Amino acid sequence: MSEVLSSGLGNPSSHIHSAGVAAGKIIDEAREKTSALIGASPESVIFTSGATESNNLAITGFLKANPDFGFVCSNIEHFSVLNQIRSLRDNEVNTAVLEVDDYGLVDLDMLEKALENNPAIVSLSIANPEIGTLQEIEEISDICRRNGSILHSDATAAAGLIEIDASKMGIDLLTLSAHNMYGPPGVGALYVKENIRLASIFEGGNQESGIRPGTENVPGIAGMGEACDIIKDDIKSHRDRLKNLGTDLWKSLEESVRFINFTGHPEKRLPGHISFWVEHIEGESLLLLLSMNGIMASSGSACSSNLKAKDENELMASHVLDAVGVPSDICSGSITLSAGRYNTEEDFNYVKSVMPGLVEKLLTMSPSYDDYMRNKETTDG
Amino acid sequence: MDKPFPYSETVMDHFANPRNMGDMDNPSAIGNVGNPACGDMMRLFLKIENGVIVDAKFKTFGCGAAIASSSMLTEMLKGKTLEEAMKISNDEVVKALGGLPEAKIHCSVMAEEALKAAMNDYEGKKK
Repeated sequence: MSEVLSSGLGNPSSHIHSAGVAAGKIIDEAREKTSALIGASPESVIFTSGATESNNLAITGFLKANPDFGFVCSNIEHFSVLNQIRSLRDNEVNTAVLEVDDYGLVDLDMLEKALENNPAIVSLSIANPEIGTLQEIEEISDICRRNGSILHSDATAAAGLIEIDASKMGIDLLTLSAHNMYGPPGVGALYVKENIRLASIFEGGNQESGIRPGTENVPGIAGMGEACDIIKDDIKSHRDRLKNLGTDLWKSLEESVRFINFTGHPEKRLPGHISFWVEHIEGESLLLLLSMNGIMASSGSACSSNLKAKDENELMASHVLDAVGVPSDICSGSITLSAGRYNTEEDFNYVKSVMPGLVEKLLTMSPSYDDYMRNKETTDG
Repeated sequence: MDKPFPYSETVMDHFANPRNMGDMDNPSAIGNVGNPACGDMMRLFLKIENGVIVDAKFKTFGCGAAIASSSMLTEMLKGKTLEEAMKISNDEVVKALGGLPEAKIHCSVMAEEALKAAMNDYEGKKK
């Protein structure tokens, strides 16, 4: 990226002068590298400003070009998917939001029913970043195909952690984000399968085949291409390693951390991803203690992590936790530990050794824990 | 502190090393506010002798700001007469903490409410 930035960057739309031609080549190379990550052809990849734009382009862009289709998604999708529903409804698109089960999985029978005689664009993420659950994408794709529907999948949380082949998985539109796979922030891509018609959601010029007008973010795109190229060859080995380490950490925390409640599916989940909440303690306190001990975790709950909110009314519990049956009135915040290829076994062992003590520290401060123990003593006699 | 944290240094200090955290034997007054369903809960214990708060302790279920507000409040209360203590507002707790994010001001309000609840408890016991 720094090479690109210091190279006297031209506008890739200037097809004649050498700086413009060079910029165009940088984009072409990045397109090849990005498409190779998902087993697609370079022509099927459109660069965007990130996952939010890709999700908007996939859904609103598809429905603009195919107004006879409806829209179906789950209730744990990202806001960049869920929040499109209002404007889709204003445009008289039939919409349905499927409720997931307590593991975060979509009910396949419910999906089949929703699509019967109602062809739609179905938007379901491959993995949920908050609870780690992996959807049964291939089964979902079969159902879509049987019912004349098309499948959009947001692969933001999954790309780089599991192997993704868009055509083998039967995905018609696929969202990628660079920064979730060690690339720069502010750049992403949308894979569009051949013969899927999309309309631009911006008015503008002819960039990205006219589907995504606007001068391309050449350094960002170059960075995304490099990131894809670096990670693509050893995804499987990291996946297996992280899966084992994640399963081991899960077991260890299950035994060593009192009052722990895991979220997401125990097996169908992102490798190296652990998410949980602990009764009687508040999520943000644990996040802070983890951070002070060098562990950068995130909270699934905006309630406990959105310090930039204007006031406490904006501190809403996470819609994902709500959907999977975490009592929303507890609002105690979940913790998400998502490991990547650069995390080592020592990192996992460190988390194992530190977590129980930090939870105990907060339990000793908690009047809720005191009340629980007192009630228990009374009940136990 | 060499790492950036979302709160002031004073808040982080009181969160990491809470002052006066724990139970109290035979407290003169207890103030209970909040509940786990609201995401935060504070219990304030006071020992009062001759109209002076000689000891203050707390237990809190809550975020970093809630724990730091509780800790700071107990520090401010010790040695105060009941009259002086009654005048302590959440604004003073926030000021002593070097500020709190807007969305966390309610944590300091919880500390003030716990103080009022403890005072009411004390008045009730006297009757």
